[in-house]
Amino acid sequence: MTDLATSKRTAAPRIGEDTPRPDGVPKVAGTFAFSSDLHHDRMLWGGTLRSPHPSARIRSVDISAAVAVTGVHAVLTNEDVPGSLTYGLEHRDQPVLAADVVRYEGEPVAIVAADNPEALRMAIDAIAVDYEPLDPLVDPDLAERADPIHPDGNLVRRINLIHGDQDVSGEVQVEGTYEVGMQDQAFLGPESGMAVPAEDGGIDLYVATQWLHSDRDQVADCLGLDPARVRLTLSGVGGAFGAREDLSLHVHLCMLALHTRRPVKMVYSREESFHGHVHRHPARMWFRHHADRDGTIVRVESRLVLDGGAYASSSGAVIANATCFAAGPYRVPSAHIDGAVVRTNNPPCGAMRGFGAVQTCYAHEAQMDRLADALGMDPVELRLHNALAPGDELLTGQTITGTAPVAEVIRTCADHPSGASMAVDPMELPGGAGRTADPEHVVRGEAFALGFKNLLFSEGFDDFSEASCHLADGVATITSACAEVGQGFVTLAQQITCEVLGVDDVVLLPASTDGIGSAGSTSASRQTWMSGGAIQEACGQVRVQLLERLAAEHGVDADDLVVADGRVVSMAGGLEIDLVEATAEPIEASVVFRHAPTLPLDENGQGDAHVSFAFSAHRAIVDVDVELGLVKVVELTTSQDVGRVLNPLQTIGQLEGGAAQGVGLAVMEEVLVEGGRIRNASFTDYLVPTALDMPPVEIAALIEQAEPGAPFGAKGIGEPPSISSTAAVAAAIRNATGLDLPRVPVRPTDIVFPEGAA
Amino acid sequence: MSTDPFVLEVNGQSHEVADAHPGESLLRVLRERLGLPGSKNACEEGECGSCTVLVDGQTVCSCLVLASTAAGRQITTIEGISGDDGLSHVQEAFVDAGAVQCGFCTPGLIVSIGSLLESDPDPSDLAVREAISGNLCRCTGYGRVLEAVHLAATRRGGST
Repeated sequence: MTDLATSKRTAAPRIGEDTPRPDGVPKVAGTFAFSSDLHHDRMLWGGTLRSPHPSARIRSVDISAAVAVTGVHAVLTNEDVPGSLTYGLEHRDQPVLAADVVRYEGEPVAIVAADNPEALRMAIDAIAVDYEPLDPLVDPDLAERADPIHPDGNLVRRINLIHGDQDVSGEVQVEGTYEVGMQDQAFLGPESGMAVPAEDGGIDLYVATQWLHSDRDQVADCLGLDPARVRLTLSGVGGAFGAREDLSLHVHLCMLALHTRRPVKMVYSREESFHGHVHRHPARMWFRHHADRDGTIVRVESRLVLDGGAYASSSGAVIANATCFAAGPYRVPSAHIDGAVVRTNNPPCGAMRGFGAVQTCYAHEAQMDRLADALGMDPVELRLHNALAPGDELLTGQTITGTAPVAEVIRTCADHPSGASMAVDPMELPGGAGRTADPEHVVRGEAFALGFKNLLFSEGFDDFSEASCHLADGVATITSACAEVGQGFVTLAQQITCEVLGVDDVVLLPASTDGIGSAGSTSASRQTWMSGGAIQEACGQVRVQLLERLAAEHGVDADDLVVADGRVVSMAGGLEIDLVEATAEPIEASVVFRHAPTLPLDENGQGDAHVSFAFSAHRAIVDVDVELGLVKVVELTTSQDVGRVLNPLQTIGQLEGGAAQGVGLAVMEEVLVEGGRIRNASFTDYLVPTALDMPPVEIAALIEQAEPGAPFGAKGIGEPPSISSTAAVAAAIRNATGLDLPRVPVRPTDIVFPEGAA
Repeated sequence: MSTDPFVLEVNGQSHEVADAHPGESLLRVLRERLGLPGSKNACEEGECGSCTVLVDGQTVCSCLVLASTAAGRQITTIEGISGDDGLSHVQEAFVDAGAVQCGFCTPGLIVSIGSLLESDPDPSDLAVREAISGNLCRCTGYGRVLEAVHLAATRRGGST
C-alpha cells in the first residue's frame, strides 16, 4: 500500500492549487485503515449493555450468568471504573457506566470482553438488570419546572442577551414560532477502536476522534492514570461532523483492556451508533422582528429552547452560538434573545456542523421572508438593506473588525443564472425512483437564504494548536495532533509546508498524544486556521534558521536567499545549494499557535466573545408534489465568504457536502424520539440524502477577502454550507406551496395536511 | 458452533473458511477472517452500500450475503479492483476529481461505478445518480463523485 501511496507524486503542492489528497490513493485502494479495520492476533471483542429505558432506577445488576458464558473474559460495571466515575466535554456530568439511575435510552450500563462477537452478544444478553422505570421528562418546555433529573439540575445554560435600547419598536412587526427536529451526523464509519495494554501499566488507544488530547485527559481521569501513561493515536476516521467530539467507547475499551491484559476491539452497530453519540439539538424558537417601513430592522426579540437531552456535552457553547447569531447577519440595533438549553431524558445532544447557528438560521430567514412579505419588499433587497458590514455591531455589542463581505455574498448568489430546467425523466420528479409523481400536481418554488457563524472557539476559551517541523535531508517532517476526519487537513498541511519551505517532500506523522501538545478540536471550522497556522509558523521558523545558517556559512545576506524547487539560491546569483545537502544537519522548530483572545459574555450576553465570522448564501429551487407532499430539490446555488481558497477541489467538496447535510435536515433527516425512545435508529428508517436526492450545487462565487490573523487569509469553510442551505430549501417549499411550514424537516404530511388547515 | 469448511474465491484466490459461525455474512468473513477489510461496515442492512462487492459480476451488499452461500462464485472486492499495474480508471479519477473525503463509502462506490461503466461506458448524470443511489456518502454531496465518474469514463474511452 505504501508503494501505491507514493507512486503518483508529481510537482510539489502549493497553496491555491487543486492538490489531491495524500491519503486518497490508499482510500481508493481499500488499504486505508479505519478504526473499525484494526486487528490484533490476541484481541478480544468488546461490547456494551445499554439501558432500554429513557429513565429508570437500577435496583440491581447481576453479571453472574454473563461471566459464565464460554469465551467471556470480563464483565464490568460502574463499580469497576478505576478513576472518575463521570466525564464530559465541558461538564463532567456523564457516568462512564450508569450507577443507580439511567437518564436516556441507550445509556451504557455494563461492558463485556469476549473471544468472539457471538460469545459477546450472548454475555450481554445474560446480564440481568433490575430496572424500576420512571416517567421520563421528554418535553423541553417543562424541563425547568420539573424535578431535576440530574444533580446538576435541568437548566444547562441560559443566556439572556440584552442589546441596545429595549424600548424601541418597529412600525412593521412579524412574529413566528419555529421548530427544528433532531438531526444525526450519520457519519458512515461507526464508533470503533482498539485499546492495547502497555508494559508500563498504561494504555494505548487507537480511536477515531476529533480531539485526541481532550479525549486523553478525560480517559486518564476516568482510569485514574497519569495522562502520560494514556496514549491516544488517531485511527482512520470515517467522518465526524461533531459526533466524535465527545467520548463514546474510549473509557470502556481501556477498562476492558486493562482488566483482561489483552487488546480489545469494539465496533458499534449502526443502531448502537445512534445511541452512542450526541445529535444536533432539536429547537423550539419564537421570534418577533420589528422594522421601519423602509425595511430597516430596528429590533429582534426571541426565545430559544434547545433540548440538550440527558447530559451536557457541548450544549453550553451551542446555546451561546444560537443566541449570539439568532438574528442572522443583519444590523440589529436592539435585541432581547432569551436562549436556554435544558436537560431532559431524550438522547443527549451536542456538536454538529453549524453548531447552534443552523437552528436559528432556519428561523431568522423565515422571519426575513415574512418581513419582506409584510413590507411588500423583495426578500433579497431586504437582506441587502440590512446586511452586516465591517465596523457593524453584532447582537453581542462586538464590532466586526475582520472581513464581512455579506453584500457580495448576497449579490453574487442571487444574481447567478439558474441552470435548472423542468424535469424530463420521471425519476427527476418528487418521489424520484419511486416514480410516483403526477407532473400535473408538481409546483416549483424558489427562495434565498443567508447565514453566518463564528469560526474558532469563543468566549475566552484558551484555544491553541501545537505543531513542529523537522527539516532534514530535504524532507520536512510535520508533527501535529490535528484529527483528519475527512476534511482534508492532511492535504493542506502538505501544501502549507511546501509553500513555506519550498520543499518537495513532506512527511506528516500520525496524529497522536505522544510527542506533541494538543491541536485542539477538529470542529468550529478551526483546523485550517489553527493547526494550519501552527504549521505555517513552525515551517517559517525553520526557513529562517536555514537561511541564516547558510548565509553565515557562505558570507551572504540571508535576505538574498530563497528556497525554491528543492534548492536554495541567492537572488544576486552565484549561490545554488541543493536542499538535501543544505539540511544534512537537521533544523527543527515547534510552535504553539493561538488566535486573538476573546472574552466571556457578560450577564447580558454582551462582549467581544468571538474571533471571526464566515457568511454564506444559498438559493434553492424545488419541485413539490402537492398531492403526495413529496419534494425534489432541483438546484442549489451558493456563494460563500472563504477568506482565501487554499485548495479549490477541497473547497468545492466542503460546499457540496455541507449543502447535502442541509438538504437532509430540510426534507428528510430526523431522529424520531417518542417518549424518550429513538424510533428510527437505522439507515433504513433514518434517511440520508442519496445521489438521487441531492441536486447539483452551483457555486456562484467564492468571495476572497483575506482575513486578518488567518494563515494566508483563509477562513474556515466547513460549516457555513450546512447553515443557510436548510433555510433556503424550506423557504423554497414555502414559495412553491404558500404554506407556513414552521418546522424542519418538512414532512409529506406537513404539505398535505398542514397544521391549522381545515 | 461453526459451519462445515467452505472455499471462497476472492480476487482470483481460493480461501478456505474453516471455522465460521453459521450466521456470518460475507462481509464479516472478508473483513475478519480473510484479512480483506477494504469492504466497509456502516449499516449492516443493505442500505448504505459501503460493503458492495461483485459476486459473479453482480454488485451485492456483502453484509446481506451469507458467506457460505458465496462458495463457488467469483467474488471481487475493492482489494481486487486495483491490479498489479496500479489503480483502475475509476480509482484514479476518484483521487483526481476530489471524490474522496473521509473515504469510508469510497470502496463501495468504486465497485458500483466500475460495474456501471462495464454496462454503460458513457452514462448520463441521471444514470450515474441512479446507479449509485444505493451507496450513501455523507461527506461529498456526490458532486465530485459524479465528476469522477465522467472523468473515468473519458479516460476509459480514451484507452480502449
